[in-house]
Amino acid sequence: MPTRLLIAEDEPSILESLVFILAREGYDIATARDGEDALDRLRDPKGPPGLLILDVMLPRLDGFEVLRRVRDDPALKRVPVLMLTAKGQARDRQMAEQMGADAFIAKPFSNQDVVRQARRLAAP
Amino acid sequence: MTPQAVEFALVAALAYVALLFGVAYLGDQRARRGSFAWLRSSLVYTLSISVYCTSWTFYGAVGSAARGGLEFATIYLGPTLVFVGWWLFLRKLVRIGRTQRITSIADLISSRFGKSEALGALVTIIAVAAATPYIALQLKAVTTSYQVIAGLPLDNLDVRVGFWVAVGMAAFTILFGTRNVDANERHHGVVAAIALEALVKLVALLAVGGFVVFGLWDNPAALFAAVPPDFLASDEVFGPRWITLIVLSAAAIVCLPRQFQVIVVENENERHLATASWLFPTYLLLSCVFILPVAISGMTLMPEGADPDMFVLTIPLAAEADWLALLVFLGGFSSATSMIIVSSIALSTMVSNHIVAPLALRLSRRRTRTSGDVRRLLLTSRRAAIGTILLFGFLYFQGSAQSDALAAIGLIAFVGVAQFLPSVIGGLYWPLANKRGALWGLCGGFLTWMYTLAVPSLGEASPLGAAVLRDGPWGLTALRPQALLGLDGWDPLVHATFWSLLVNVLLLVLGSLSREPKPLEWLQATRFVDVFRGGADAGERPQFQRPATSEDLFILAQRILGAEPARDLFDAFARRQGIAKGLPRPTEDLVGDLERRLAGSVGAASARAMVSQIAGREVISIDELVSIADETARIMRTSQALERKSAELEVTARRLREANDQLRELDRQKDDFLSQVSHEVRTPMTAIRSFAEILRYTETLDSDQARRFVAIIHDECIRLTRLLDDILDLRVVEQGEIPVSMDTIDPDAVLDRTLDACEGLSGEVPVRTVRRARATGARVRADPDRLRQVFINLLSNAVRHNDKAVVTITVDSRDRDGVYEATITDNGPGVPDDARERIFSLFSASWTRAAGKGAGLGLAISRGIMHRMGGELTLEPADGDGDGARFRVTLPMEVSARQTRAEMPGLPV
Repeated sequence: MPTRLLIAEDEPSILESLVFILAREGYDIATARDGEDALDRLRDPKGPPGLLILDVMLPRLDGFEVLRRVRDDPALKRVPVLMLTAKGQARDRQMAEQMGADAFIAKPFSNQDVVRQARRLAAP
Repeated sequence: MTPQAVEFALVAALAYVALLFGVAYLGDQRARRGSFAWLRSSLVYTLSISVYCTSWTFYGAVGSAARGGLEFATIYLGPTLVFVGWWLFLRKLVRIGRTQRITSIADLISSRFGKSEALGALVTIIAVAAATPYIALQLKAVTTSYQVIAGLPLDNLDVRVGFWVAVGMAAFTILFGTRNVDANERHHGVVAAIALEALVKLVALLAVGGFVVFGLWDNPAALFAAVPPDFLASDEVFGPRWITLIVLSAAAIVCLPRQFQVIVVENENERHLATASWLFPTYLLLSCVFILPVAISGMTLMPEGADPDMFVLTIPLAAEADWLALLVFLGGFSSATSMIIVSSIALSTMVSNHIVAPLALRLSRRRTRTSGDVRRLLLTSRRAAIGTILLFGFLYFQGSAQSDALAAIGLIAFVGVAQFLPSVIGGLYWPLANKRGALWGLCGGFLTWMYTLAVPSLGEASPLGAAVLRDGPWGLTALRPQALLGLDGWDPLVHATFWSLLVNVLLLVLGSLSREPKPLEWLQATRFVDVFRGGADAGERPQFQRPATSEDLFILAQRILGAEPARDLFDAFARRQGIAKGLPRPTEDLVGDLERRLAGSVGAASARAMVSQIAGREVISIDELVSIADETARIMRTSQALERKSAELEVTARRLREANDQLRELDRQKDDFLSQVSHEVRTPMTAIRSFAEILRYTETLDSDQARRFVAIIHDECIRLTRLLDDILDLRVVEQGEIPVSMDTIDPDAVLDRTLDACEGLSGEVPVRTVRRARATGARVRADPDRLRQVFINLLSNAVRHNDKAVVTITVDSRDRDGVYEATITDNGPGVPDDARERIFSLFSASWTRAAGKGAGLGLAISRGIMHRMGGELTLEPADGDGDGARFRVTLPMEVSARQTRAEMPGLPV
């Protein structure tokens, strides 16, 4: 059974490319277009996904807030989180690590990096 | 002399007195008007000094010569020495008298020794004590001479003559001697009268001498051939008594109050002194040139037992030269009256200034200090003093009418006033001489004089009693008044002079050395001793003075000087200070000068006391206060300037802080903007890179997928281009240089075309547009492409910043008072209040996180465009419904050409 993977990304073209490169690695992929949506989908009755790929700049709830809630939620806190941000500043990376993100990739990313990190955190 | 002649003599004497009154009156009048300049000549000055030659010298010199040979000459020698050596002493004395406005010998000593009231009073008392017998002597001379000329026997003097003379002189002196209180307004009338009397004296003596030598004897040789054998055989010449007499007469020419009055106080001009230095000795020489002939004549021609003191008068009478006798009588009368007049003026000044004024001041301290007319008090006290002194003189005369020779009384007075000499000389030449020394010396000298000479001279009538004179008090022979410490066998005059001056000088030195001079004493000492080295101005810094008001000083000046002179003085001061009207400022100069002026009226000590009452006795002088005030004002000005500067600096600092804050804010906004731009650039680039990698590395990609991915890359590239365009536009907006090509257009047409285009775009969220009313037919000057850009920006914002399932955009437009106005309203969350202005700023981030799509530059650019076209872009206040943002675009409407011409006929189209 393939590992379930949730991608929270509001930019349609980026989401499409992420879905494409990760789907062909064998992950079972779900998507969310904003923060609220992402939290809803994390609390899937089938249990939390094996990996969360989280954009920082999300509508309604931003990525950091989603991450905080994930880490505060006993049911979700073990979910590995791979953060994506377009603001490739050190401050964002530092903040993400402090808040318990497992990996941090700045946009524009190379597809290989994303796949390698995803595999490291949760094999498909 | 016949009875008619006697009556005539009396009439002549009265007429002479009347003449004196007239001369004095005229002198006063003319001097006041400034005419009769000769009144101020050195001749008149010199003649007035001859007041030295009293009836004692007039009559007594011949008597002295008859009795003691050449001894009479000593009385002339002493003054002659002083005047010939005027350069040494008199010049300094006169200079000090003028610069310090000295009013009397008492004032001189008081002023020199720290303006001491006690010294002034002491000197006054000594002077009065010494002058009383002297005045009595004059009254006696007049009475005797009258009885001689009237042919009455001399063994019973009729004191009534003396009384009336005293009354007449009192009247004269009061009338002409107390017109004003200021020593610097000199007694011109009196001086004129004195000068006249001096001439009468001299003419009388010369006439008698000429008559004797050339009338009674054929020639001088015949006269001297008849000299009695023992005459001039005295070995006294240049013996102790001679020396003593020369010293005493030298002292008297300075220390006698009347001499001090005419030489120092009445001095108009120091140069007069130079003239007097030879003219006065000449006068003395002329006065005494015929004394020996007259004495010899008297001794040889007059009957045995004739009073040699009256030879001058009796010889012409015996020769039946009645006119000459009358002239001599008038000469003697002149000698006596001039002495009485000047003495009583000098003494009354001293009494009023050094006894009455200090007492009055002391009393008035208890009352308010501005009450009472001190001037009137001073004048009244002077008049009373004149009367009292003359009364004393008369009483003394009455009491001692039958006593010793005239000359003896004169010498007693000489020794008395000689007690001033140590203090005067010490004061003028010895800076260390101080008040204590002067007090001790004067007291010691005065008491010694009283004890050894004045009291014993009363003979049996003396309060000491004959026993004390003979055996000393309590039988102590060492203390015998006329043989102190066993100095027996000395001439009483020499004895008294020796002891009194010795005690005086010793005590002066001891007292002065026993303590340091006080500051004021030191200051005065410097002024006196160094008067020729500018000492009068050195250390011009009185020890007192707190702020005195000009009013107080003026009132004081009025009280002393009188209203008119006080006003003149203060006006002069005000002019000097450059004040046109009103009182001068109470500077140290004013106070110092006023004190000197007052000193001229009431003496230095009283003047100081009066000024001190007003100006206080503090160490700080007014000048210092003024300079302190100046300093304070300067500091205040400086501090105000500093405050201003500081305030300016504060403002500058605040502006800098504000500017800095602004810069920081701008910097932060720039960071935000860069971050935003970075994000905006990274997003399409992420997609492009990702799909490009997919296309490159995926071999199993079908062509549909490939085409789709390429299309996405293309779209994202366009997006990037648009972003770059925006950033470029932003630069232009930032610099206010948006290129526009203006045209007359219908804005509604642009709006509708834009809406059409938007509706054609299919987004993820359905967009519904509601078109409301239109401002039909509006014409505006605008760039249609730029206007369209603004509308697109607003419409896309309405879609992007929206969280509703269906985006509803409501659009309408209207003509509001010549202004085209379009509103675009969405149904989104609206703009938070705190972001209402920020959304238009260049670097503003989007106002919601959800607005992540776009750099947030649109509104800033759109507003810049609207401004460029003369319009406006605003965010309408949120209405009550809560949701939705409402933007308003306004543009001024084009006025039609026809309207313009109608309204402004001259305007070219």
